[in-house]
Amino acid sequence: MNATAIIINGIAIAGLLIAFIKDWKKAIQSLKMAGKSFIKILPMVFIIIITIALLLGFVPPDQISRFVGEQSGMGGVLIIGIVGALMHIPALLSFPLASSILENGASITAVAAFVTTLTMIGMITLPLEIKELGKKIALLRNGISFIIAIIIAFIMGIIL
Amino acid sequence: MKPGEKQTKQKKKMIRDWFFLGIAIVFVVILLSVFPTKTEAVTLTTQEYFIEMIIILPAVMIIMGLFAVFISNETVVKHLGKTSGIKGIAISILIGTLPTGPLYIAFPMAATLIKKGARVSNIIVFLSAWACIKIPQEMVEFQFLGAEFMFLRLILTIIFVIIMGISIEKIIGWSERRNKIEGKRGIEG
Repeated sequence: MNATAIIINGIAIAGLLIAFIKDWKKAIQSLKMAGKSFIKILPMVFIIIITIALLLGFVPPDQISRFVGEQSGMGGVLIIGIVGALMHIPALLSFPLASSILENGASITAVAAFVTTLTMIGMITLPLEIKELGKKIALLRNGISFIIAIIIAFIMGIIL
Repeated sequence: MKPGEKQTKQKKKMIRDWFFLGIAIVFVVILLSVFPTKTEAVTLTTQEYFIEMIIILPAVMIIMGLFAVFISNETVVKHLGKTSGIKGIAISILIGTLPTGPLYIAFPMAATLIKKGARVSNIIVFLSAWACIKIPQEMVEFQFLGAEFMFLRLILTIIFVIIMGISIEKIIGWSERRNKIEGKRGIEG
């Protein structure tokens, strides 16, 4: 178990203790909610793990780096940015996927573009966003998010 | 959306996810029987990533559950509706980062805020913070991509999200003014 995992689990346990002292009914409600979300996310977790395993097992690193590595340039970053915007997986699960391609030849810029568009932009939820907030705000938010995601990605590529 | 309707929709989604998982497993089994030499590598990666995820996911879910139950939507709306300026933006970011569920929960809240007259910049910052700088999300990013990556992306995201919020507010204000002028012309002409 690494340090991050210990810290996260520590925070969860501390939070639970405080919650139980403050209001045990609400604490139990939180636990139930956590259990439900966990079960809900579980199939997706396995699908992502399988995707990673197949990706690393069957696609050689030089192929990954050809598409989204240092030398793929602007095109590769834009493509992976679009993939991130279209994908509809929980943000939490985008990080293991991102780390697997980073370790196997993808550039920092590409990985940053992927996680940033994936979290910020929701093409699947766009109709709902338009319905609740209007076309103007929803389209502007998603459109500009894509541009800033690409900018953030390039700055990260330069610094790291 | 009615609660009952939402539940059946979630159930459908669950069934769909398990169905996809089933297809994925069948696909892997077939693939590995065709390429048996890859079996070891695939099982090893699966094991490694499974362990890395399973040691943090329950804790992340508990943290999210605690926040969702102890901080109500009303509290969020109350704190966001009345502040503006730098303080407004800071509060929008802070509340957005609280681990309280997926983005589509935030849309109706943002809609309520617009009706209550909150500034567009605050709402954009709030939505974007909600989407991409949630605390548990940062923890998982830290775990898989490292401290440098996570902190740099966090800082850059905050800066650019604020710029985006202010720009969208300006664009919308500008287009509304133009519409008003055009509307007047329409009446006169």
